[in-house]
Amino acid sequence: MSCSKSKYAEELAKNAAYIGTPGKGILAADESTGTIGKRLSSINVENNETNRRDLRELLFCTPGALQYLSGVILFEETLYQKTADGKPFVDVLKEGGVLPGIKVDKGTVELAGTNGETTTQGFDDLGKRCAKYYEAGARFAKWRAVLKIGPNEPSELAIHENAYGLARYASICQENGLVPIVEPEILVDGSHDINKCAAVTERVLAACYKALNDHHVMLEGTLLKPNMVTPGSDSPKVAPEVIAEYTVRALQRTVPAAVPAIVFLSGGQSEEEATLNLNAMNKLKGKKPWSLSFSFGRALQQSTLKAWGGKKENLQKAQAAFLTRAKANSEATLGTYKGAAKLGEGAAESLHVKDYKY
Amino acid sequence: MASASASLLKSSPVLDKSEWVKGQTIIRQPSVSVVRCHPNAPSALTIRAGSYADELVKTAKTVASPGRGILAMDESNATCGKRLASIGLENTEANRQAYRTLLVSAPGLGKYISGAILFEETLYQSTTDGKKMVDVLVEQNIVPGIKVDKGLVPLAGSNDESWCQGLDGLASRTAAYYQQGARFAKWRTVVSIPNGPSALAVKEAAWGLARYAAISQDNGLVPIVEPEILLDGEHGIDRTFEVAQKVWAEVFFYLAENNVMFEGILLKPSMVTPGAECKERATPQQVADYTLKLLKRRIPPAFLSGGQSEVEATLNLNAMNQAPHPWHVSFSYARALQNTCLKTWGGRPENVKAAQETLLVRANANSLAQLGKYTGEGESEEAKKGMFVKGYVY
Repeated sequence: MSCSKSKYAEELAKNAAYIGTPGKGILAADESTGTIGKRLSSINVENNETNRRDLRELLFCTPGALQYLSGVILFEETLYQKTADGKPFVDVLKEGGVLPGIKVDKGTVELAGTNGETTTQGFDDLGKRCAKYYEAGARFAKWRAVLKIGPNEPSELAIHENAYGLARYASICQENGLVPIVEPEILVDGSHDINKCAAVTERVLAACYKALNDHHVMLEGTLLKPNMVTPGSDSPKVAPEVIAEYTVRALQRTVPAAVPAIVFLSGGQSEEEATLNLNAMNKLKGKKPWSLSFSFGRALQQSTLKAWGGKKENLQKAQAAFLTRAKANSEATLGTYKGAAKLGEGAAESLHVKDYKY
Repeated sequence: MASASASLLKSSPVLDKSEWVKGQTIIRQPSVSVVRCHPNAPSALTIRAGSYADELVKTAKTVASPGRGILAMDESNATCGKRLASIGLENTEANRQAYRTLLVSAPGLGKYISGAILFEETLYQSTTDGKKMVDVLVEQNIVPGIKVDKGLVPLAGSNDESWCQGLDGLASRTAAYYQQGARFAKWRTVVSIPNGPSALAVKEAAWGLARYAAISQDNGLVPIVEPEILLDGEHGIDRTFEVAQKVWAEVFFYLAENNVMFEGILLKPSMVTPGAECKERATPQQVADYTLKLLKRRIPPAFLSGGQSEVEATLNLNAMNQAPHPWHVSFSYARALQNTCLKTWGGRPENVKAAQETLLVRANANSLAQLGKYTGEGESEEAKKGMFVKGYVY
């Protein structure tokens, strides 16, 4: 076998394939302490450990929600947290047939000599940390690389740096039993059109798979988390069918069939937009040897957060909102979503924040 | 397949038992065709393939139609000479013309053959009846293709490896070939496992292919992308697999860098098999499994592709088409289609019909393999013989 034969090879392939189960997807609940603080403050809730725990418990314990999820990405703190009754979150998830995942990167830093382009840190002791997370129950990992579109961006340097960073991280994960989610996010910020986004996405993904191959990463044990191909945030919107066509075409041109699933990031799209776009992709006829699913953070939690407002008495309402979005996205992976059944407050609201920093 | 044709061309036309290796037929450079169907392709294709974009996609789809494959008949004059010599004929233009006329006029050939690769002379030739070869092909519903490389030469600084020439003036040549009626092109570069392959040789092969592909598309020809991994060597199937993965990673990356439009190319990868001198042989199922794994790991589903090889590969091709996969896997044969036909003809006009019959029989067998329905029943002994020749030079 030309890729590195990790002792976890079979398990990695199995877990990666499981995450791509039709009808399921990933809840990205790995907001760092700082970032979750922003979310909480938007509903006037204090950023302390209890509140952070309460929010996640609300999500993971929503009755009937876990059936629509194959994985949940956690922040380190959450991996070791328990419900108010003392049950470890990883157990809650596992019992619900959901694989726990863990964010392992340590954020982005600027690349000197570029126009604000970044690379992602987190390699120091990454192997050790992955091994530790595996022991704690994690079975997949996530590392977010960020690129932007501008007159001279993304530069060759930024593409290369981020692609090889992702490949290095992926290789280390596989050595330690974690399925790496490869996430080269191309920010939606800008006034470019969908063609530009497509061209950049194709270039970036080609570089990523070159790097992964150079690093002997076993593609069957990886997942891809790309942006959808859309016009820039300052450009006129287009129909979900158009986004679906451009996105699937970009993937057909770059993602080998060995990759079992592609789990899209929502990147600031509204809850409803993200679902409609995913749905359109799964309705599209054509060659799609990978599952097309979701790995949404904001696009799964926005209306839930608003409904909750930090108040215990809103628990049911909040969970209902979460269930609605989870089910909607599950249907979208099957191409059967009928649209805006019951839009919670904020479901149609754009979640785009310019130059968003995690 | 062209690579099959390469190996086929190398071997002496008269098959004898000494060419068998361990009494088994050896798979010659099988390669696979891959096709992508994209019925909703947006017409606003960005930076790729320029003005011929739609036509390239259409041509590629036509060549990769179900149940059909490519007839490689692009032997250079020298090589064709060897063919003719094997049946006692002089290497004259008239004889080459007569032989090619026989091939392209086989009645109903277009049922099994979607494309025919020609040598430059043939592209500009007429049949013995005075019709243009390309017109006969088009009437048969066969797309004319053209070999555009200028052969392999030693790669300086490498470990005795080769590289493929032909980029000089390629733009004007491909434009002229398009004018003449060609709609796809072929360029054969090779990688040798016993010699490494060195990183240099792999890069050169991949980059050359990418440049050729970009230039071809720019001039309306669908490029067949063919990095042949030579069968020569004692290495096992795992080593072939390793090298194939590396080569294809480079090829696809450079194709992307050169902005080649993937929906408008044909791929011709070698099947993953053990080296010809390897003691451990592989079953068709194993070959199919390894080859499909290679395709799944390295080939984006957008590809159209074409090209396989050999009778043995008919079994492998058939095996591959039993498993679900996102591509259209087909054949591109030279020797495996032409061998019996040539012998039957023997240069005599009275044998033309019979010779054409044998061509159709082989074409039919491969057509069935493309559909996963080949059973091997009724195959002649001749057809089952191996065609590997050690150290074959194109």
